Amino acid sequence: MEAALFWIFAGLLVVSAFGVVWSRNPVNSAMSLIGGFFILASLYVLLRAHLLAGLQVLVYAGAIMVLFTFVIMLLSLSEDEIGGPRYTWFKFLGVAGAGTLAVIVAWAVRQGEALAEAGTQVGTFREVALLLYTDHLIAFEMTGVLLLVAIVGAVVVAKRRI
Amino acid sequence: MGLTHYLVLAAILFAFGAIGVVIRRNVLIVLMSIELMLNAVNLTLVAGSRFGGGLDGQVMAIFVMAVAASEAAVGLALVLAVFRTRQTVRVDELNLLKG
Repeated sequence: MEAALFWIFAGLLVVSAFGVVWSRNPVNSAMSLIGGFFILASLYVLLRAHLLAGLQVLVYAGAIMVLFTFVIMLLSLSEDEIGGPRYTWFKFLGVAGAGTLAVIVAWAVRQGEALAEAGTQVGTFREVALLLYTDHLIAFEMTGVLLLVAIVGAVVVAKRRI
Repeated sequence: MGLTHYLVLAAILFAFGAIGVVIRRNVLIVLMSIELMLNAVNLTLVAGSRFGGGLDGQVMAIFVMAVAASEAAVGLALVLAVFRTRQTVRVDELNLLKG
């Protein structure tokens, strides 16, 4: 059952990633990416990472992609602005390079030792939060500062007259 | 399903993101491809946390998400600012550092 689900999700994920890269229209790309995020959340559930699955839907499919679609709609691009691939030979170069990358990574993965399943730990709110607020507390606080800086910086950059 | 399946899937995702960054002209799609690559990394982290024991990988994935959110906010603000001055989102036309 789990294997069947994995293959279904993996196939859908590859299709949606393909849609992100090859859609002519950025809106179609964004919709494809939102679908991909939902599928990734399903994969996280398969991996027993329940908190992350929820965060994936809330933060990625919710917040980040709303921002993206908002900006895409705001710019309301003309037909020639949408634009296809950059140069024809870039297409082949990019596909060849990325294919090589995928092959190298897959080969490196095959070389590695197989790990035994941990199986006992489930990434629920309680378990992850315990780690987050004990071992990784400083990083958590720093992330808060980073988000503040990012918001202030975004306002400074995007606003005409502050 | 072993760890290898998830890692190869993440490698394919990352490769798609890399293709998008290289071959697309539209800066918005380039940013979305970067998000795709970040998600591939997140998938490796969660898979490692599942098969390697310990939930540290999931905590790291949460940090990656937070950084991705701030990156998207700043990046899209920059895209808006650039579009206001240059009236274009094509990366091969954005070749000046002055406004």
